[in-house]
Amino acid sequence: MKAKRYAYYPGCSQHGTAAEYEVSARAVADKLGITLVEVEDWSCCGSTPAHTVDHVLYGALAARNLALAEQMKLDTMVTPCPSCLIALKSARVMAQDKEHLQELRELIDLPLKGTIEVKSLLQVIFEDIGLEALTAKVKQPLTGLTFAPYYGCILTRPPQLAQFDDAENPVSMDKIIAAVGANAPDFPFKTECCGAAFGLAKRQIVQTLSAKVLAAAEAIAADAIVVACPLCHQNLDLRQEQVNAFRGARSRMPVWYITQVVGLALGFSPHEMGLDKHAVASDAILAKWETHLKEHAQ
Amino acid sequence: MRIGVFVCHCGTNIGGMVDSHQVAEAAKQFPHVVYATDYLYTCSEPGQLQIQTAIKEQSLDGVVVAACSPRMHENTFRRTIERAGLNRYMFDMANIREHCSWIGEDKEANTRKATELVRMAVAKVANHAHLHSSLFDVNKRVLVLGGGVAGMQAALDCADGGLDVILVEKKTSVGGRMAQLDKTFPTVDCSICILGPKMVDVAQHDKIKLYTYAEIDEIKGYVGNYTAKIRKKAPYVDWTKCTGCGLCMEKCPSKQSFDYHNEGIAVTTAINIPFPQAIPKKAKIDPAYCRQFTKGKCGVCAKVCPVKAINYEMEDEIVTEEVGAIIVATGYGLLDIGELGEYGAGRYPDVITGIQYERMLNASGPTQGHVQRPSDGEEPKRVVFISCAGSRDASLGRPYCSNFCCMYIAKQAILTKDHVPGVEVYVFYIDIRSPGKGYEEFTRRAQEEYGVQYIRGRVSRVFPQGKRMMVKGVDTLLGAQMEIEADLVVLGTAATAAPGAQELAEKLRISYDGYGFYMESHPKLRPVETNTSGVFLAGACQGPKDIPASVGQGSAAASKVLALFSKDQLASDPQIALVNERRCIGCFKCQDTCPFGAIEERELRDGQKVAHVIETVCQGCGLCTSTCPPGAIQLQQCTDNQIIAEVEALCQAWKQRS
Amino acid sequence: METIQVESIDKGFIATVERESGQQVAQCYQCGNCTAGCPLTFAFDIPVHQIMRLLQVGQKDRVLRSHAIWLCATCETCTTRCPREIDVARVMDVLRILSRRAGTVSEQGVRAFYDSFLDSVKSHGRLYELGVIMKYNLQTKRPFTDAALGPKLLGKGKIHLLPGTIKGAGAVKEIFKRFAHKRRNEG
Repeated sequence: MKAKRYAYYPGCSQHGTAAEYEVSARAVADKLGITLVEVEDWSCCGSTPAHTVDHVLYGALAARNLALAEQMKLDTMVTPCPSCLIALKSARVMAQDKEHLQELRELIDLPLKGTIEVKSLLQVIFEDIGLEALTAKVKQPLTGLTFAPYYGCILTRPPQLAQFDDAENPVSMDKIIAAVGANAPDFPFKTECCGAAFGLAKRQIVQTLSAKVLAAAEAIAADAIVVACPLCHQNLDLRQEQVNAFRGARSRMPVWYITQVVGLALGFSPHEMGLDKHAVASDAILAKWETHLKEHAQ
Repeated sequence: MRIGVFVCHCGTNIGGMVDSHQVAEAAKQFPHVVYATDYLYTCSEPGQLQIQTAIKEQSLDGVVVAACSPRMHENTFRRTIERAGLNRYMFDMANIREHCSWIGEDKEANTRKATELVRMAVAKVANHAHLHSSLFDVNKRVLVLGGGVAGMQAALDCADGGLDVILVEKKTSVGGRMAQLDKTFPTVDCSICILGPKMVDVAQHDKIKLYTYAEIDEIKGYVGNYTAKIRKKAPYVDWTKCTGCGLCMEKCPSKQSFDYHNEGIAVTTAINIPFPQAIPKKAKIDPAYCRQFTKGKCGVCAKVCPVKAINYEMEDEIVTEEVGAIIVATGYGLLDIGELGEYGAGRYPDVITGIQYERMLNASGPTQGHVQRPSDGEEPKRVVFISCAGSRDASLGRPYCSNFCCMYIAKQAILTKDHVPGVEVYVFYIDIRSPGKGYEEFTRRAQEEYGVQYIRGRVSRVFPQGKRMMVKGVDTLLGAQMEIEADLVVLGTAATAAPGAQELAEKLRISYDGYGFYMESHPKLRPVETNTSGVFLAGACQGPKDIPASVGQGSAAASKVLALFSKDQLASDPQIALVNERRCIGCFKCQDTCPFGAIEERELRDGQKVAHVIETVCQGCGLCTSTCPPGAIQLQQCTDNQIIAEVEALCQAWKQRS
Repeated sequence: METIQVESIDKGFIATVERESGQQVAQCYQCGNCTAGCPLTFAFDIPVHQIMRLLQVGQKDRVLRSHAIWLCATCETCTTRCPREIDVARVMDVLRILSRRAGTVSEQGVRAFYDSFLDSVKSHGRLYELGVIMKYNLQTKRPFTDAALGPKLLGKGKIHLLPGTIKGAGAVKEIFKRFAHKRRNEG
């Protein structure tokens, strides 16, 4: 099968706090026949802070990356991060308006068409590769494990912008989890907010909201939460101790990226997938999986 | 020609923004105009008298009235000039209200435009011809589509008025939505108890011919003379033999068939009679579930039927009925709750619709009237109702109010309190709409007497929390979120157009609005008429409405038909297309384009084939005239010559101005 | 409770919000769905449907001084479920922008975080996470916020001690410069 080529926009987190998302995303993409060509010299999309200052500035910071990607002559740009995704998609929508397009061109001082398609890596795996091709490549199914698929806010919202999956009951991760042999029970909190970027300035917001997500995952007896967003991961994993202190809980709920789930099933080791890089250790769930695999082998 | 021009002020409606007097003065200079004047209200008695006097004194043979839209008063003025001895078609109206004074803010420009419109109308009338209606016979039978409460009322009123009625119902039994209901607001009387007698009357009336499990294939013709092709669908049971004994249902092995009458909260057998009071009480096989059809073998019902009524080979039958008028009473549908993803509707069994709950409350329903959670059959301790589930929701393309949900929710809340001792009932609402007689008092009773807790605000999400459903709403009056752990959630789902409503509208050639509800001819003054003469509306097919309103419309539609049929003959409108046979080249493009099927082939004596317009079928839309290559087909009173005369008059006006 | 005088309805403010958000505030019929679904209602001083109501009656000061507009996480729940198809999240965003302009930001900490973030992007072209935290802590005079998280990250190579500056950092800085210039010219 000929590899599909995409312009790849990792986003700042992938080079920092979400390093394991980056490693697993690249490895999984490669195995699935997706060639990610990194946009050369990409810059920050502006994210939430930019759109609280000005929508044109927000558009311009993201548009610079659209313009760079357009120079690569590829028809789709892919990013693993939902926040980058919504910034790039918003800039693309903005560029459909002639007046705004001119404004953006002047600000970034680069040719810009606003024609390149923007997708999340999740969407590429789910739609462009597809469950059938994914299932065919599974080497070690994640049998016996139960995941709480947690989509967060903006992967599918607002639906007019996201144009992917269902805004109220997204199922793409559920189906991917099922395709790699694990369970994904109905997770009522799959689209609730984790507290977003308030970790630093308003920690209690993150503590309150992430506490609900963690409790909901425990309620469906999940072995781990699965996310597709660096910020969700930060709140649920890195800050889990803070959240636990707030909610008076001691449980340790591993939080995995969807690419790590897929990567394990495709045959990578937990270390290769960076599962040892999380704040909350995955020892228990990995041990459970191993036991299952052994039982299965017998 | 001697033409008189009468310019109306319509009080300040026209006079405020058009100088009517100046228009009349200008009209005096137009060719053919021998008399022109203005008046405060031309449609008033003295206004009309002024026209009649002028016709006589000035020997007018054509009249132009510059006033409102011809939709308002064209007929008034036609009758006026007829009373003065003129042919009623020697008349035209210039619309200087809707087209000038109501839309333009510049009085001078308005006056100029009004003058130009009058000039054009004069030029057109100068080319008018005397037209005469012809009379045709009326077939005094009426077709009623839909056997719900509106259709039954219409059918009974027509039949009692002496008309022969053909009643066509899609399901196997008459009764419609009302037959599914347990109780009716605001009196809380048993629905089937008050509906049953009507159903029996319909079945037993010697003037009513009933086709159930039947649909319309095709409608042709025109007012007074319609032909309907009715498809009697195959029930796979010979209804002339079936006694409704129900033995087949007892023995049918396919017991997991979808139960339409119970809205899916129960299952039924593949061969079934929908409910005990069904009329006619006849069995039908659902081939989607019947093993004889799905697996090719079974035959149990055929074996047990004591009268040998089962016939698996049965086919649909087409019957033709000739009628003079049609009453459409095809009812409404309900929103597909899958659209309400945030309420988990369709995914979570304990989130149900109002109509499903109605079946649950019904003593002859699947739970014998016991309220229970579909998930585990337990009696709920806390029930939450959500109003406007899909209604007043522009994001779902349904910005309209569904009319009756507020009231049935109040009723169901009261019934819940009656059925389940100690139950807590909460109703989320945006506004309580209770404008009917006794309705406001009823919703107050729910709160004051029954202790139903009304919460002003919408629900954002419903999700499972343990065995219960978490309802996340808001109390906007307090400005606070409201979370309720409920055992059962009932959605007041939006009323929609009936499935297939648009297809039927196209067969009937009536219009429908953006949501698929049928359009009345005038929202206030012609509420049960359509723009297709001889086709009338009753009930919720025209827009969501409750039982009293539906019954009222059923009777209203019947009275319209009785009035129409009070004459033995009807006059045709002579403003129709006519073919100049010498110019017709027989290409029949007109025939292809005519939406009414009004054009037929006619062979001349020399064997040449030409188009011919069936006078009574033509609606005068003019499509054919713009299609005809040699211009052989002309719409009377709107001929090419008349249009050219109007354009020339306008050009003259512009030339004079520049 | 204060009495609202109709004279205080600031129509110019309503018009500004409508122009900048592309949303018509009169479309809101106050069903409360936004508040019902908003995950941040617990932290808001004014629930979001009341922000919409205050907008309808042009109460500029109360809206722009509210904490709610700065505690909105732009999770888009309100926008997704609004039965009147109002992009409520967009309205909240515009209110933040307007409150910055009016100098009425009620949540200095939130703003300081956003500003530190953007400063980092302006300097390096990309986000330098540690820099943002340090700058934020310095600005808010809370030097040890999240210091406990450091070891969880450092040992795993997930946070860099020094900023990585991209080639195009200058180009990004230029975007900020041109933007500032543009806004100045527009007055």
